[in-house]
Amino acid sequence: MLAPPAIRVRDLRKIFVVSQRDPGLKAAVRSLVRRAKERIAAVDGISFDIAPGEIVGFLGPNGAGKTTTLKMLSGLLHPTSGDLAVLGFTPWKREKPFLRQITLVMGQRNQLVWDIPAADSFELNRAIYGIPAADYRRMLDELTGLLDLAPLLKKPVRNLSLGERMKCEIAAALLHRPGVVFLDEPTIGLDVTMQRRIRAFIAEYSGRTGATVLLTSHYMADVEALCKRVIVVHHGRLLFDGELAGLVERFTAHKTIVIRLGDCAADLRPYGEVVECEDGRATLRVPKADTARVTERILADLPVSDLTVEDPPIEEVIERVFAQETA
Amino acid sequence: MRRRPAGPPRASQAPRSGRLADLYAQELKTSLAAMFQYRAALGIYLIGNILEPVIYLVVWTTVAVSSGGSAGGYAPRDFAAYYIVLMLVNQATYTWVMYEFDYRVRHGSFSAALLRPVHPIHTDIADNLASKVVSLPLMAAAAGAMALFFHPAFPTPGWAVALFVPSLVLAYFVRFFLDWTVALAAFWTQRVSAINQIHFMAVLFFSGQIAPLALLPGPLRVAATVLPFRWSVGFPVELALGRLTPAEAIHGLAWQAGWLLAGIVILRLAWRASVKNYSAVGG
Repeated sequence: MLAPPAIRVRDLRKIFVVSQRDPGLKAAVRSLVRRAKERIAAVDGISFDIAPGEIVGFLGPNGAGKTTTLKMLSGLLHPTSGDLAVLGFTPWKREKPFLRQITLVMGQRNQLVWDIPAADSFELNRAIYGIPAADYRRMLDELTGLLDLAPLLKKPVRNLSLGERMKCEIAAALLHRPGVVFLDEPTIGLDVTMQRRIRAFIAEYSGRTGATVLLTSHYMADVEALCKRVIVVHHGRLLFDGELAGLVERFTAHKTIVIRLGDCAADLRPYGEVVECEDGRATLRVPKADTARVTERILADLPVSDLTVEDPPIEEVIERVFAQETA
Repeated sequence: MRRRPAGPPRASQAPRSGRLADLYAQELKTSLAAMFQYRAALGIYLIGNILEPVIYLVVWTTVAVSSGGSAGGYAPRDFAAYYIVLMLVNQATYTWVMYEFDYRVRHGSFSAALLRPVHPIHTDIADNLASKVVSLPLMAAAAGAMALFFHPAFPTPGWAVALFVPSLVLAYFVRFFLDWTVALAAFWTQRVSAINQIHFMAVLFFSGQIAPLALLPGPLRVAATVLPFRWSVGFPVELALGRLTPAEAIHGLAWQAGWLLAGIVILRLAWRASVKNYSAVGG
């Protein structure tokens, strides 16, 4: 028998009513009496299931409805309509057993008390979540090891760097060993090493505890490293739900052929669109269906020392997805 | 990390009251630690809380002296006693949750509180108590210094001293729940400071801070009896000064208990509505 999904979303909608007015004094006076309201659908009928233990990337440009969805899933926002269940609970009811099993990390301001060492905030979370002392000790030791927190625990949080603070935030958010983890841009503003560290940690946490993770990120490296499956939203609607590889397959009509030649003297235009050619390294964009034929011709016609066929970078694919949708 | 599946969590087996006591102990420790980081700010704020009653005391002493030795039944030594006790009671029951809420809602930091499996009021009560732990000894020292200078008179019977303690505890919670409920306005409007200002003026006037309530004209005295502000500051002060009969004292405690119950009911309803509104419009 299939396990029930950890997260179940059906036709989820969130409409915000926003007041607005034209610029100018006349409009300002008019707005005193009558305010124009506009209904904005931040999330406009999306549906998906996430199985227990899955790590899913939740992608979309700014304003696509990602954060609104995460807020509804964690119980901070009441949906305008639709069905929603997380671990069998209705999130907006914010029942204590539900809150004990989830966590939401948003930016760098959540769990930690600014003026005191992170260790004190951790201890507070122990009391808030009623974590038995032995479990707390064990979990803290494990998190300290995995995230290398030992040198940070005794420093006031305000003296920590952005990356250090994020590590502590994530640790604080996971002390109660949540079964569902919502991460909104967990690596934003961090350097590449720290991003890699956090990424590895998220994979490790999910692997060891079987936690379900829904993650938004602007860094495709996060998504590529962690998520087999992605859900793409735009203008509050679901654009794509499936394997990351499938996203590339579906939204790219081209492949990239990179060849190494002696120089850039040869005319490459007959083979495809020349993206660049520098120091004898040329990048061509060719229609996906023609890739095999073009490759064959290049190898036959040109003195090629190396040739690779690649999918375009995932950033480019995503950009194209949004551009197509906007157009 | 051990390979133990996450959730449902093994909550502590301690009884609920034990868990709450643990929570309060941790919240108190955290708040105290944070407070010590701001010793200077705390000191400046306390000076303000001492100066205010001293100013009223000097004004009313001057009025009493120029009116032939007393005003509204208060001689200078009675005013001294009144304002010294008022300073302590006001300090003991004072809250700043309105400013906190305004900040939290504006900066979206309330979301974190809503995600926790405990009611956020517990954090605020513990934080408030922590500040009292730090400030009350200093205020008591200030009260001692004022007593040396102004020679207060305390013709207080023993039973009134005994009733002062429960009346202070009731006053604390009446004021806390009222302020917390008013602070919820931050969920509904961006102009919280205007609401705070009105509330602050009402407290100043009807709690007996500007003048002992006995000095107010009749209709205002009636209003002060009905409104909750007297029961959150003025009443314990009157009790400590020995100005009430036993019947008036019991009557007052009943009013306090009534306002406490009403406050809890109103707070619960307002909280539910506020969170609903917050979750409808977005945090």
